[in-house]
Amino acid sequence: MLYICYCIVQKYRGERRDETVKNKLSSPPAKMIHSLFLINASGDIFLEKHWKSVVSRSVCDYFFEAQERATEPENVPPVIPTPHHYLISVLRHRIYFVAVIQSEVPPLFVIEFLHRVVDTFQDYFGVCTEAAIKDNVVVVYELLEEMLDNGFPLATESNILKELIKPPTILRTMVNTITGSTNVGEQLPTGQLSVVPWRRTGVKYTNNEAYFDVVEEIDAIIDKSGSTITAEIQGVIDACVKLTGMPDLTLSFMNPRLLDDVSFHPCVRFKRWEAERILSFIPPDGNFRLLSYHVSSQNLVAIPVYIKHNITFREGSSQGRFDLTLGPKQTMGKAVEAVLVSSQLPRGVLNANLNPSQGTYTFDPVTKMLSWDVGKINPQKLPSLKGTMSLQAGASKPDENPTINIQLKIQQMAISGLKVNRLDMYGEKYKPFKGIKYMTKAGKFQVRT
Amino acid sequence: MSANSAFNDEKGGSSSVGEPEYGHDPASGGIFSSDYKRHDDLKEMLDSNKDSLKLEAMKRIVAMIARGKNTSDLFPAVVKNVACKNIEVKKLVYVYLVRYAEEQQDLALLSISTFQRGLKDPNQLIRASALRVLSSIRVTIIVPIMMLAIKEAASDMSPYVRKTAAHAIPKLYSLDPEQKDQLIEVIEKLLADKTTLVAGSVVMAFEEVCPERIDLIHKNYRKLCNLLIDVEEWGQVVIINMLTRYARTQFLNPNMNESLLEEGSDKTFYGSDEDEDEEEEEEKDKKAEAPAMAKRKPYVMDPDHRLLLRNTKPLLQSRNAAVVMAVAQLYFHLAPKAEVGVIAKALVRLLRSHSEVQYVVLQNVATMSIKRRGMFEPYLKSFYIRSTDPTQIKVLKLEVLTNLANETNISTILREFQTYIKSMDKDFVAATIQAIGRCATNIGEVRDTCLNGLVQLLSNRDELVVAESVVVIKKLLQMQPEKHSDIIKHMAKLTDNIQVPMARASILWLIGEYCEHVPKIAPDVLRKMAKSFTNEEDIVKLQIINLAAKLYLTNSKQTKLLTQYVLNLAKYDQNYDIRDRARFIRQLIVPTEKSGALSKYAKKLFLALKPAPVLESPFKDRDHFQLGSLSHLLNAKAGGYQELPDWPEAAPDPSVRNVEVKDSVFTLLERVTTLTSVPEWTKCSSREKRKEKKVEKPFYSDSEGESGPTESADSGNFRGLCREQSSEEEERKHERKSKQRKSESESESDEEEESESESSQSESEDSESEAEVKKKKKAAESKPPSKPVKKDNKKEKKEMSLLDLDDFEPAPSPQATPVNTFLSNSLATDLEGLSLSDAVLSPATISPSSALKSYEMLHRITGEGLSVEYCFSRQPFSPDANMVAVQMQFTNNATSDTKNLHMEDVKLQSGMRVKEFPEIELLPAGEMVTAVMGIDFCDSTQAANFQLCTHTRKFFVSIQPPVGELMRPVFLTENEFKKEQGQLMGMNEITEKITLDAKCRNEHSIVQRVTTAANLSRVPCGSDKECRFAGRTVTSSSLVLVTVATKEEGAAKLTINCEKMVIGTMLVKDILLALTQ
Repeated sequence: MLYICYCIVQKYRGERRDETVKNKLSSPPAKMIHSLFLINASGDIFLEKHWKSVVSRSVCDYFFEAQERATEPENVPPVIPTPHHYLISVLRHRIYFVAVIQSEVPPLFVIEFLHRVVDTFQDYFGVCTEAAIKDNVVVVYELLEEMLDNGFPLATESNILKELIKPPTILRTMVNTITGSTNVGEQLPTGQLSVVPWRRTGVKYTNNEAYFDVVEEIDAIIDKSGSTITAEIQGVIDACVKLTGMPDLTLSFMNPRLLDDVSFHPCVRFKRWEAERILSFIPPDGNFRLLSYHVSSQNLVAIPVYIKHNITFREGSSQGRFDLTLGPKQTMGKAVEAVLVSSQLPRGVLNANLNPSQGTYTFDPVTKMLSWDVGKINPQKLPSLKGTMSLQAGASKPDENPTINIQLKIQQMAISGLKVNRLDMYGEKYKPFKGIKYMTKAGKFQVRT
Repeated sequence: MSANSAFNDEKGGSSSVGEPEYGHDPASGGIFSSDYKRHDDLKEMLDSNKDSLKLEAMKRIVAMIARGKNTSDLFPAVVKNVACKNIEVKKLVYVYLVRYAEEQQDLALLSISTFQRGLKDPNQLIRASALRVLSSIRVTIIVPIMMLAIKEAASDMSPYVRKTAAHAIPKLYSLDPEQKDQLIEVIEKLLADKTTLVAGSVVMAFEEVCPERIDLIHKNYRKLCNLLIDVEEWGQVVIINMLTRYARTQFLNPNMNESLLEEGSDKTFYGSDEDEDEEEEEEKDKKAEAPAMAKRKPYVMDPDHRLLLRNTKPLLQSRNAAVVMAVAQLYFHLAPKAEVGVIAKALVRLLRSHSEVQYVVLQNVATMSIKRRGMFEPYLKSFYIRSTDPTQIKVLKLEVLTNLANETNISTILREFQTYIKSMDKDFVAATIQAIGRCATNIGEVRDTCLNGLVQLLSNRDELVVAESVVVIKKLLQMQPEKHSDIIKHMAKLTDNIQVPMARASILWLIGEYCEHVPKIAPDVLRKMAKSFTNEEDIVKLQIINLAAKLYLTNSKQTKLLTQYVLNLAKYDQNYDIRDRARFIRQLIVPTEKSGALSKYAKKLFLALKPAPVLESPFKDRDHFQLGSLSHLLNAKAGGYQELPDWPEAAPDPSVRNVEVKDSVFTLLERVTTLTSVPEWTKCSSREKRKEKKVEKPFYSDSEGESGPTESADSGNFRGLCREQSSEEEERKHERKSKQRKSESESESDEEEESESESSQSESEDSESEAEVKKKKKAAESKPPSKPVKKDNKKEKKEMSLLDLDDFEPAPSPQATPVNTFLSNSLATDLEGLSLSDAVLSPATISPSSALKSYEMLHRITGEGLSVEYCFSRQPFSPDANMVAVQMQFTNNATSDTKNLHMEDVKLQSGMRVKEFPEIELLPAGEMVTAVMGIDFCDSTQAANFQLCTHTRKFFVSIQPPVGELMRPVFLTENEFKKEQGQLMGMNEITEKITLDAKCRNEHSIVQRVTTAANLSRVPCGSDKECRFAGRTVTSSSLVLVTVATKEEGAAKLTINCEKMVIGTMLVKDILLALTQ
């Protein structure tokens, strides 16, 4: 059989040999992702994968050139044109994921896909580092093979992928090394065929539980005098659902009108949201982001902390004053925790000699980054950081003012006031355990001085 | 990898030179031998019969491939394992094969048969994976095998295999572009697929292989729009981008009238206020122009255009940034101005995402904000810059802020800019200064404020900031130099300190240009510059020469010597540009005998009034590239970019998108049930018990996978109503009353879904049959109201579809409780009979059968016992007035029964349409049955070809109409006839002199013969010497007028007046023949 086929093909080949050469030259530009290179911070290509003909590594030289030109790692342009290809890259976890494409394709398509790849790696290996990828290079290769077919995304849902390729666990790695068994799923994946492609079939749990975390972030810019220039609330609902069978959930809010702009996981039925402001969905198995939302800008945003600052440099002297006090504001009685203040000081600052009333601070004289780990704010005794900065002798006073970035957490509260009303399950008979948690964080929270 | 190294540790001895896989330096000498050795042991492992060893070897090989090492010498050893039982080994072999097959074509062929076997596997997933790997092997010689495999897979039962086939198409195409035509056929077939799984992939294949064949989309357009929301996200992006292009070729510009207004009359009404916000202006215009507008043809959006906009809108809520961007660009390019605003919110949301996403989105926002500033104005603050943003993001945000600046918000924006200037990021500060400059040029009110601010920056400590300010001030000053001699003086002072060449050059140019405003300072500056000339940069030197020349022309007394000196220095400069310039200027300004006529004009040349530079956004006019595309981002055409076509002047025929009527009514109904059923769960919890049994297939969109083809206008509108007014509709009284009913029909609609979805083999027979019943019933019921499909009257249609809703709504109720199959089955047969009789009996009873001439379609010998004759019944074809009714008579002359008579594979000339006859389920031996089908011949005598299928055979048949059957009679009075005839003179009139046949010289026989030849009606006529007939062509309704004027001795004159000359000529021949024989 084999040989017959071979002979036929040989014959055919004889006829076509000449044309082959010609075709090579005139072959149409193939769209979508051609190859992927993973490059670490020091500029080594440590993984490559090609979905079509092999593209030489040397194409990355253009990327390295651009990298050299950029002052900061994140300033490498995401799209770099080269004579024959285009390089589209994303930077995550200090690794550049560089996709090579040959012709017109929406850049966001590639960028979004690359981020999805990173998310998948993170999901599989816990972290997405060079070491983790190198350790699991075979799984990575198998994943990439399934995620793209001929450069076009095929299976990107984590539920489907996990059916195809089991994530490595310590136990499984050990068993595998001993028995030589595999990570590849034994049964064929059925998820790709179902009407709910994001959920694998035949899910079974002894404890059925569904947890939802409502996490809100405050993005704000506060000006010198303490007044708010812009502030908005972005929120997400992350879910961890471990339910048997094919549950159908509905989640309703006490005050859905707060949500101004939303984006959904594909499992959410859009029409019901439109009509009733209810989230109705068959959840994927495991962790997923159900919803992200933006709270309407008409509502005034409560700013949970205030900062009193006095950062000055005097002309002619090589000393500068640094004085910072934090205090709670509009926190609805909840404690402000895990406060971290950081600031990029002007280049002229050589060192800082500061005295925190609580927590610890560090100053990196190379990057000029000052960070102060405050911890919890005690309203009775406000945390402060005071002291002097020494400047380069003879240099003139820096005329730029540093901005102060703040991170914080407030447990058990969504700052917008969003509240989940109820969660119901249909389609399955058992009683699940349900849990909802609220949290507020500072997103991009900046104070200008 | 950990396992890998463990293995190497075991074998410690063999890898004596360390592990070259880890080694960064492949150049050291020992590598080759060890490489060779190691590959040897890999080969051994691959040849062993232990799966674990094979797997280990394959893992190591894959790890090497991943690091870019060449392992091609292992090819023979690896390819042997392609048939390995172990799945993981097999998968890794596939990975290897796909990587190296191209280089080792001969050996790769050894694996082909394994895949060919896989293609026949009963398991769909194995079939799919075999096709996937087979098509990924880039070996040209297996092209025919691939082609065959793709063709087969394209008609596979499983949608997943069909999806894989769609994926394989571009692979084959890039391997061998000569297969294009065959591949297009496969694409055409797959485009007709109704599952969401296939839709995205096939459109992707379409985009790669034949993006120019937009005609393939027509029939699938509505289906794609309806399926869109359920397609996987990557497919959505591709489909939306394709539909954007499609819509640009098929629909009219929704902003047509507005753009006309802008160009034309607004200048006369509001000549001066250009800066005003666009939209406001338009509104004003609309009011003012109301009477003028009335004259112009009002724009009515094609319902299909509306359908696209409506169905893409929910996707703005996608979590996938690429989908959101795709919808945004679709709205930007296709939506009426008033509706584009909705995308702003979604785009602003994307700014929260990763910085790469921000980068792309901001580029697009920058382009959009030039055209539609109002859209992003409410989100101004979202573009404020944080010190932590990467520089490239900062610069883009600045661009957007600048574009959004207008009189009302400029003060806040400038305040923001002031804080930016203090940033540590100097590139960003430079960009900010330029932005201030642009704001100053665009908004006259703040020009002075900006200028003052910039002048203050001149004392900044950072030289880059100062330099950038100088450059921007120079540009601003050019607009009104006479007011600003102070600033020029101030800048002259700066020449002592500023070292940045560009800034120095700018200052020198300014002083030279406006030397009349600073007559005292200018020569002094030149003196200083002459001193330092040799140490200056080239651009500065050029400007020094310029300054010298200008001063020489205006103030030669003071500067003559200085100029000579500078020119002499320049004469011996190293740079040839400078030498050339010096030579040229000397000749021009210093009059000698040799110097030509030009020197007279030197002053005019140098000190001509120069136009002020226009500070423009680099994003201006980028929107001629499709937004969101790579080409737009790069502002250069990328390979394979499909140009976004301009709107057509006149809309192409919208009927090309029309598909079958019957199905659409059905889907329409499905939607009704869907719509009413969705909001049920919360409302009546009492229903829960019943539902628990069957929640399996909830649907995520209102038009689920199977919604199939939809009827044009009314379904589009209907959808619209569903979405927009669903809440209002619910409030309507009768709906409230029928709540109970709805809830019942809901559970039932679930069942319907089930039986419809191809992927799930319907388990419950009764639900299936029930669905069928409904289908038929609905088809029967709905035929009459759905008939009058008229394009021009939108309102009527809307009302009609509402009526439909009312009509149909109660329809499911009789079967709402699926009690027994018996009832529904009998109902089914009843209804079937009904629908059949409706179609069959009517023509038979009314038509003047005697006059009908019948033609043979299928002879009983070729038809193996089945013979078919057809005739043109000359009855209006009720489902579609534009179709000619063809009555067919099937006779079964064979001894056995014929079953499932139906037609398939209709091949038509473009524009033609066919309404198939309902399937005849059983034709017993010796019996005869008639059926009616409709054909829209588009007023041509082209044949309609199709296949007539029985349960066993297929026959190719065709129907060709005589020209006389392409018209229907109309009644005209004599006067009307004469009037119409008067308008159809000249080219439209054909006259023929004839001699009548001996048997037909009386009026009666003439009338009979003419009406037999053509479907015309007689027009009353005063004179008995003339017979007149009138008709209209079926499709285009063009008048056909026939006059037969008899004279002596059987001589006669035949006159035909017809707008369609082709029809006229053909008709002359036919009637001539009828009258003369």
